[in-house]
Amino acid sequence: MKMAGKTAGSTRSADVQVTFLHRLVLYVMLLAMVSLVRAAVPVPDIPLPQDAKQCVQPKSIMRREHFNFLYHQRDETMRRGIRTKRYSLVNCVSCHAQKDAKQQYIPINEKGQFCSSCHEYTAVKIDCFECHATVPVSKSAGQ
Amino acid sequence: MKETHYSSQQQSSPPQTDLSKRKWIGGAAALVALSPGLRLVELAAAKPNDQPASSAVRWGMLVDTERCTDSCTACVDACQLENGWGKGSTDESRSRATQKAHWIRKVKLRDRETGKTHILPLFCQHCENPPCVDVCPTGASFKRADGIVLVDKHICIGCRYCMMACPYKARSFIHEALHDQRVLVPRGKGTVESCTFCVQRVDRGEQPACVEACAKLGNKALTFGDLSDPESAIAKQRTEVTSRAIRADLALNPRVRYQGI
Repeated sequence: MKMAGKTAGSTRSADVQVTFLHRLVLYVMLLAMVSLVRAAVPVPDIPLPQDAKQCVQPKSIMRREHFNFLYHQRDETMRRGIRTKRYSLVNCVSCHAQKDAKQQYIPINEKGQFCSSCHEYTAVKIDCFECHATVPVSKSAGQ
Repeated sequence: MKETHYSSQQQSSPPQTDLSKRKWIGGAAALVALSPGLRLVELAAAKPNDQPASSAVRWGMLVDTERCTDSCTACVDACQLENGWGKGSTDESRSRATQKAHWIRKVKLRDRETGKTHILPLFCQHCENPPCVDVCPTGASFKRADGIVLVDKHICIGCRYCMMACPYKARSFIHEALHDQRVLVPRGKGTVESCTFCVQRVDRGEQPACVEACAKLGNKALTFGDLSDPESAIAKQRTEVTSRAIRADLALNPRVRYQGI
């Protein structure tokens, strides 16, 4: 079989038809694969905050950059004591944590919640919540 | 630890006055005039959220052991509640008592000759030359600009060299997964931790939880403040009373001093 690049300049229609058919089969197979994958792992239905209308940055930026914001903020807060609210993890949790039927906060890293649903879908492990609180209020009084 | 002799008191040099800091406090005073509902003490110490901790400030504590009583655990209880370790927490249920977190503990000293005992709270002494920072292989142990010694748990690998290096046994290690951390006090398995002078409270201009609890009870054994500010209560008290550092022989220059031992 000739390569597509070589046949482009050729005047023989049989060659062109063969490559066209090959391409068509390839596209159909790819489409079938993609639709199969989509059927197996549904795109997560991410619960959104009810009170806040918009995030600290547009959705497209937050999707790609949220960990950079958090990384930067973590060092600023820990090392230098800068405690601005905008990119702080506490601020994320306070907006995005959902409440259950009893009006109790659900941990944000629990299955199906804001952080975990997307991170599970993309297979990226987060270890923020091994140390950080998963709900916006401390369980016992004090803070 | 045992008490031995009283003669070798180490007095620190008089605090330096920093011009920029004086201006800053002047600004705070002007703010007080504008807003009569706010308290002067808190405003003078409050740090704006977007400003880094300043090296013009040098946080320190003075403990009056004569005012500290054997039966009272107010400072320990307040610390546990504020920072989420010990009694108020359901975590660390499988660790032995000697393994569990201890940010602050009461220590009894007894003079072997006279039998006189002293009770004092012991916690991170926030040394000027902290040995925990010297030995840390990752840079997780560090001293903030305002002198508060902290552990950056993001990069702590849990090797516990700092626990070995600390002459005050002030640090502890978390052996098991935690679940009920405080919102502003992240703590987790595999990292070392110790007293932070309640950095989350200090940054918003409040006193550490132990100091507040002790004062509320009326004992007033703990005084916290800025050692660099000659007008602060702690700086004034340190010019009036004799206080000493524990293990002054190590020349670590701890920011916590004890009076009456």
